[in-house]
Amino acid sequence: MSEILRVERVTKVYGNGILANDKVELSVKKGEIHAICGENGAGKSTLMKMLFGLEQPDEGEIYVKGQACKITSPSVAIGLGIGMVHQHFMLVDELTVAENVVLGYEPKKGLVIDWDKAADMTREVGRKYNLEVEPGLLVGDISVGLKQRVEIVKALLRGAEILILDEPTAVLTPQETRELFAELKHLRDAGHTILFISHKLGEVKELCDRITIMRAGHTVGTYEVADLSEADISRMMVGRDVVLKIDKAKAAPGEVELSVRDLEYTGDLGKKALRGVSLDVRKGEILGVAGVEGNGQRELVEIITGLREGATGTVTLEGFPLLGASIRESRRRGMAHIPSDRMVYGVAKNQSISFNILAGKTQDERYTGKVLFKSRAIERDMEALAREYTVKCESAQQTVGMLSGGNIQKVVVAREMSSNPTLLVADQPTRGIDVGAAEFIRRRIVAMRDEGTAVLLVTADLNEALELSDSIVVMRDGEIVAYYPDTGDLSEEELGFYMLGVKRQTKEEVSGVVHG
Amino acid sequence: MEELFSVIGNAAFAASILRVTTPILLAALGAAVASQAGCLNMGLEGIMLFSALTGVFVSSLTGSAVWGSWAGLAAGVLIGGALGALLGYLVLTLKTDATLAGVALNTIGSNGTVFLLYVWTGSSGISSSHKSFVLPDLEIPLLKDIPVLGTIFSGQNVVTYLAFALVLALIFFLYKTPLGLRIRAVGLNPDAADSVGINVVRMRYLAYILSGVLAGIGGAYMSMGYVSWFARDMTSGRGFIALAASAMGRSTPVGTTVASLLFGFTMALSNSMQTLSIPYELVEAVPYACTIVALSVYAYHQVRKSKKARK
Amino acid sequence: MSTGKEGKKRGLLHDTASRFEVIRMVVAILIGAAITAVVIFAVSETPLESLRCMFFGPIERVRYLFNVLELMVPLIFTGVAISVVFSAKQFNLAAEGIFFFGGMVAAVTAIALKLPKGLHAAVCVLLAALLGGLLGALPGLLKYKWNASELVISLMLNYVCFSMSMYVIKNYFRDKNAGAIVSYVFEETAPMTKLVAKYRLTTGGALLAVAACVLLYFFLYKTRWGFAIRSAGENMNFTRYAGLPVAFAVIGSQAISGVVAGIGGAVEMLSMYTRFQWTMLTGYGWDGVIVAIFAKNNPKYVPLAAGFLAWLRIGADIMLRRTGVQMEIVKVIQAIIIVLLVAESFLAKTRHKMVVKEATAEAAGAKEVA
Repeated sequence: MSEILRVERVTKVYGNGILANDKVELSVKKGEIHAICGENGAGKSTLMKMLFGLEQPDEGEIYVKGQACKITSPSVAIGLGIGMVHQHFMLVDELTVAENVVLGYEPKKGLVIDWDKAADMTREVGRKYNLEVEPGLLVGDISVGLKQRVEIVKALLRGAEILILDEPTAVLTPQETRELFAELKHLRDAGHTILFISHKLGEVKELCDRITIMRAGHTVGTYEVADLSEADISRMMVGRDVVLKIDKAKAAPGEVELSVRDLEYTGDLGKKALRGVSLDVRKGEILGVAGVEGNGQRELVEIITGLREGATGTVTLEGFPLLGASIRESRRRGMAHIPSDRMVYGVAKNQSISFNILAGKTQDERYTGKVLFKSRAIERDMEALAREYTVKCESAQQTVGMLSGGNIQKVVVAREMSSNPTLLVADQPTRGIDVGAAEFIRRRIVAMRDEGTAVLLVTADLNEALELSDSIVVMRDGEIVAYYPDTGDLSEEELGFYMLGVKRQTKEEVSGVVHG
Repeated sequence: MEELFSVIGNAAFAASILRVTTPILLAALGAAVASQAGCLNMGLEGIMLFSALTGVFVSSLTGSAVWGSWAGLAAGVLIGGALGALLGYLVLTLKTDATLAGVALNTIGSNGTVFLLYVWTGSSGISSSHKSFVLPDLEIPLLKDIPVLGTIFSGQNVVTYLAFALVLALIFFLYKTPLGLRIRAVGLNPDAADSVGINVVRMRYLAYILSGVLAGIGGAYMSMGYVSWFARDMTSGRGFIALAASAMGRSTPVGTTVASLLFGFTMALSNSMQTLSIPYELVEAVPYACTIVALSVYAYHQVRKSKKARK
Repeated sequence: MSTGKEGKKRGLLHDTASRFEVIRMVVAILIGAAITAVVIFAVSETPLESLRCMFFGPIERVRYLFNVLELMVPLIFTGVAISVVFSAKQFNLAAEGIFFFGGMVAAVTAIALKLPKGLHAAVCVLLAALLGGLLGALPGLLKYKWNASELVISLMLNYVCFSMSMYVIKNYFRDKNAGAIVSYVFEETAPMTKLVAKYRLTTGGALLAVAACVLLYFFLYKTRWGFAIRSAGENMNFTRYAGLPVAFAVIGSQAISGVVAGIGGAVEMLSMYTRFQWTMLTGYGWDGVIVAIFAKNNPKYVPLAAGFLAWLRIGADIMLRRTGVQMEIVKVIQAIIIVLLVAESFLAKTRHKMVVKEATAEAAGAKEVA
């Protein structure tokens, strides 16, 4: 088989200085299904974005069918025969299948769109590749599996020979996944090349011919899938590059602070995001929630913190029910929350550091009288907090948006931690920030634990999960699949097995996380 | 009350609905086109004023009773399109908040037209000192002889027919042509449109220009059909009512037309009721109050619907 | 890195962002002035005289200066009213109608009640404030409950306010002996006392205008409620996440805006008139938008912005009387300046250059230290 796509020593540095891809190598043969595997943040998405023209490499070359190419836009990529099925579908729900398929490439009859032709084109591609979809249906009315099929048809109609699928099964039911795999195999047999990005090793084993493993922006290597076991792949994905060590004493857990029972939640796409999650977090303990992103962690956090409604089950903070309570009430009762998306929830970016820290304390009698703020106390303490949390700035009056990611996160952390919470929900607290800031934040989390705060730490970073957590649960597919009361002798490898679905514990083992 | 019904039951009243709906409908179609592309045209009021003045000015300049008003209409349309493009430039290129850009355009429209009117006529209130021409009314053969229907549908201004023809044209454009599909796609999901190589900004410019053209026709009609002169702030909120009509009609041509007719009805009603013993000011408020109520009811239903959908 | 003291000394303008904002404002105003000049040269027979009148006319006579002050009062009220809603990023533009309505309420109260001097005016103002607040809250409530566009509803509300006010005056308080449509003359106890006998500026009006700026500045910047409003204007997700009162930020801001606009109308009525004689909307609500944008939605800067606008208006008025150039041109120019001020990308390249320059300077500074 001939090589259809080659990536040579491609390097990509983002504006914030993060090295996303470091001399990445990739070679894909025509007519194979090629898996790209790696942890969150390993650089897979960046690589795919460069292949589809959404990002430009800083160094290195990309060859398509032996020709060196500059893929400057999606249009160029499409022209080269590269198609991409995004994880978040690029479809217009209010339009029909056929309209979506031909959008931008409409067949014409005189002035008007030839709808019959468009429908025929859709059907024809469908028949040819076993991807049949009824052209007249509204995309908003069809199932997620069918939407994905529409995306594939769309790409094929535009002449895609290389098809990139970004975690295509993340949103699918098992049934739909089976159908997708049959379709993809059919496509391969018809001579198409497929790049399959996934965290699910079982699926990789089942579907793919070869695999390229990425870790921390590097390519680890490319292998025949048949030669590797799932455990081998998992080990190569999670092998640690930087050893992170946090000095911390053994935890002395106290009473249960946060209690979650039988939490169920169905997401917007109708997929069950949480299936009966129960857990307890005790005072003076960091409970880590590890897992590949998109396995229900986000929903869990947003439900506990009150940002998302519509869950069933119970969540209590020292016996006070949190479901249905206002965020203000939850916070008053001692909850603090470091959100995963700091620019959306974490800060008001055109306001000052002082403003952003004060946002959590506007009711605090230290800072407000009956009517007016106590400006002097605010100025003094916000300045002091900015210093205490080592926010690099000239003064607390500086605008948050002008700071680096790490310093913005420190502002968030300063606000949340300085409210003396009894429960801290930390969702990806160090994602995308520099090493120094990350270490600082981790130390502070440990310090809070030592003072008796219960910490629920959600992280996709295995290093962090292991080093920081006192006990740990692994979430997969909306469920807790493993619980380790002590992280001391737990290896990343072992954790990886659970995250990636190689292993799972029994119900009894998992129920250990319920203490009450 | 009886008096009121005798007014509404009159065929002349039905005809007057069409007459007063025309400028609202045209501007509302403009708002709808912009909205279909995901844009807000807050500047309809200003665009209409400029087009109204331009129309009168050009028609007066020609001095021709035959084609002067047509030249005026053409000029009004051109100005409308140009102002639409300007708004597009402010919003899409200079990244001005669409609301504030619209407010600014309205301010410029309201005051700029008065300024220009003064420079032209020496009056800052009304253009009637200079003779301008109106667009003709059309008697429809056969139809005009049918009682009631003839009164309602024949003898309307040519722009009224044009407006309803434009509704059909817009349906054709939006739902049948590639460009229309692209404009809708850009409004519904710009990322999706972008991912298939559609130039989102260019589509939105086009929508703003079309929006301006439609509002421009409406403005020209105001001064060359509805009445035969330009007066300061003569649009008196029609641009805003048009926005409400477009919002209530979910920005579809048909929905927008129905909503415009509703507002046209209340306006016609308020015009006719002036002959009754009901105080003029109360009547005058009817269309605006109706808009508030209608918008609220509409919003309430939207909220209920989305709540149901979630369940 | 500079030490704290140095940092403070360099003050506001050291911050690249604020320095850029100042540059932007100056450039925008200069462009506005340039366009003014071009237009005036095009239409005026005595362009230089016209320009002089417009920019320096108000300084010629004490009366003109008082005219500027008198005009500042309503502009301050509507400017503050709009600043409050814009701070919460709520596009409630009902200030125009509420100002008018407030004037009517004050007029009616001034005619219908008999109260001691001082108290009478106070009651007029309070009633206008109350009703203004209710009217302002309406679009806010509809926005919060059902997500109805506060923009369109408030615009419609303007026309309703106008019609209702005219209805009340014409049908119940019209002085039929007067030729024009005007109300009866107010009770003598109602109008506010003139600050200086010859001019129409009143003590009450001036004090209330200053109070509106001061109080609303403190409210927005020094209280937790104002904090919630500003937070909502910046990032609604963040506001919800932080547990701040979102409902207050949406509805309260609009109600307060209505209160201020209502007071403005009442003050204007009791300062400038002895009977209700408005026959069309005053336009002060729209001017309020311009004032608010100039003042960056901060009541602290509203007097400055209102002063600037009033100066131009009076100048334009003098220009009109002396040289016959229409004063509407001023409003056009103001709108152009406003657009330039709110256009995010206007001078974006300059901003980028400034940031880069600062970054390189900082890097060089860091090297020196090292």
